[in-house]
Amino acid sequence: MRSPPSYQDFTANFDWNVAERELGYRPGSPINVAWMCSDRICQLGLANKFALLWEDYQGNEKRFTYDDVRILSNTIAQFLCMQGIQPGERVCLFLDRVPELYIGFLAILKIGAVAQPLFSAFGDESLLVRLADAGTSAILTQKKHLYKVRKIRNRLPKLRHIIVVDADPTSLQEREISFAMEQAPRVEEFSTYPTTAESPSVLHYTSGTTGQPKGAQHVHYSIIAQYLTAKWVLDLQPDDIYWCNADPGWVTGTSYGIIGPWSNGITQVVLDSGFNAERWYEFIEKYRVTVWYSAPTAIRLLMKEGVEIARKHDLSSLRHLASVGEPLNPEAVLWSEDVFGKPFHDTFWQTETGCIVITNFPGMPIKPGSMGKPFPGITATVLDPKSYAPVNRAGAAGLIALRPGWPSQVRGYWNNEAGFRAKFKNGWYLCGDRASIDADGYFWFMGRDDDVINTGGHLVGPFEVESALLGCPAVAESAAVAKPDPINMEVVKAYVTLKGGFQPSDDLELEIMNSIRKRLSPLAMPQEIEFVDSLPKTRSGKIVRRILRCREFNEPLGDLSTIMED
Amino acid sequence: MDEITKVVRDYIIREYVQEGDDREISETTPLLSSGLVDSFSMVSLLRFLEKKYAIHIPDADATPEAFDTVQRIVALVRRFHRAGVGSV
Repeated sequence: MRSPPSYQDFTANFDWNVAERELGYRPGSPINVAWMCSDRICQLGLANKFALLWEDYQGNEKRFTYDDVRILSNTIAQFLCMQGIQPGERVCLFLDRVPELYIGFLAILKIGAVAQPLFSAFGDESLLVRLADAGTSAILTQKKHLYKVRKIRNRLPKLRHIIVVDADPTSLQEREISFAMEQAPRVEEFSTYPTTAESPSVLHYTSGTTGQPKGAQHVHYSIIAQYLTAKWVLDLQPDDIYWCNADPGWVTGTSYGIIGPWSNGITQVVLDSGFNAERWYEFIEKYRVTVWYSAPTAIRLLMKEGVEIARKHDLSSLRHLASVGEPLNPEAVLWSEDVFGKPFHDTFWQTETGCIVITNFPGMPIKPGSMGKPFPGITATVLDPKSYAPVNRAGAAGLIALRPGWPSQVRGYWNNEAGFRAKFKNGWYLCGDRASIDADGYFWFMGRDDDVINTGGHLVGPFEVESALLGCPAVAESAAVAKPDPINMEVVKAYVTLKGGFQPSDDLELEIMNSIRKRLSPLAMPQEIEFVDSLPKTRSGKIVRRILRCREFNEPLGDLSTIMED
Repeated sequence: MDEITKVVRDYIIREYVQEGDDREISETTPLLSSGLVDSFSMVSLLRFLEKKYAIHIPDADATPEAFDTVQRIVALVRRFHRAGVGSV
């Protein structure tokens, strides 16, 4: 059996140009993520290798070779060109995990446009905020999500094309057009737009403490980091069958659910279904999955279903397991060793980093509960929260910070230069998380450094939830904070004061919860609403979420000198 | 279809099936494994059941498997209702 290299082997004489060489990229020449992930793989002699084995919850299957992916992405690309979509324009993917999502992503990049994937469970308000901010020109969606687009399209004058991948053309309205990828005439040859290293590629929206979500702008050069981290951290080998649980509406689903595996010429499997332990284990067994990139929330849900259900299946194909989204608790690592015979390797990164930056490598001893060590080429440290100088004491807490300059680093926030600049202090990029580093150089996650709520590995901005709460007729004021949760690490909790004439009740709580779920998303729905007479505020009237959060986590309230007393 | 099954099914159709989604919801239609309801949304469904039937379903029993069909949800409600005040 092959032994993975050691951490020292990975880091010795590291230079990102190892990935440039392997991808055949020469600095200064054109580079296009989609071409690298499809046409290049075919040119390497892998045209007939499966790129995507897809299955839905009903068991319907589809299989696509790399040549299929090349041709079908050409086909969509040509269709988008015929609609007049220009390089640099934003094209949204608002789809379930159907093949059109994965292949359409490449098609958008092939024409030099910017892919804007959005989670299909978003409600119309979440969708509106993100499409309006990006000035999106076109959206690819499904019949089942069309009603949400129809609700908001009159408030989106720049949205020229609503492309429906599974619609009956006779049922469509103004600006809507039907396009069935597999029924359209196949386009064998398409001239990929010659994007360069700094050409915009993907726009992922991420939540912050203040204001609406920010569009993190990535570039085509990001593939250098995504290719290499997928190869080294996920340990992808030519014969692997790879499964990434993440939805491409989030950055994991594009960096490691499309670009990472396909730039490595790997066969990946996709299960377009919700969570079901039995079904997931059947899927691993059926496709003989070898590398599995999952998330702590999913692992904890599997733990909750018990080990017996896992033991009914032959899961011996699994060779390497990794996890992302939130800290992986030691119990989950130990459970994984018991059930799968191998541990999940925690990886740390975020939308803005574009690639894994701190990680447990395949050949590295795992300290359960640790984030691992920095990826080669990444300079990571923890900073003192006041001086922003590195804390050089083992075990001392600080802000996780990265030295800028790695290939997939976010290049800016869309329409938000000030917000982007605020992420840098003393020449370091601040991740917004706190950690410590032990004497062996392992990082240990401690929590967020701001009010953003990390629920099930996804960030929810309190401002967006509070704005939506204020849209409920009964709500006068609101504060959304994190509440600890055994499965999702954190969930959203809302503190609410009511307008005159409204009384707290279970019915009202449920009504507000369902309203937020439908308008924003299930992730953003408060799992608990506490009705209060007043909210803690500063003397200038600003709501202080910190106090409410501390209450939820049983932490000391700290300095209260600026808080107004009732 | 008995009363409790009808109530649960109607609630799911009203609250979780999107306007453009023309799928039929039967007693055995997968809810979580189909993606119609996710583990986050499950909380509001749980809250509805607990309020409607004046029961408490412990976290350990509120699993995705137990919520995957109307039939299973009804069985869960009956189990905890019997443990409480009487039959539903």
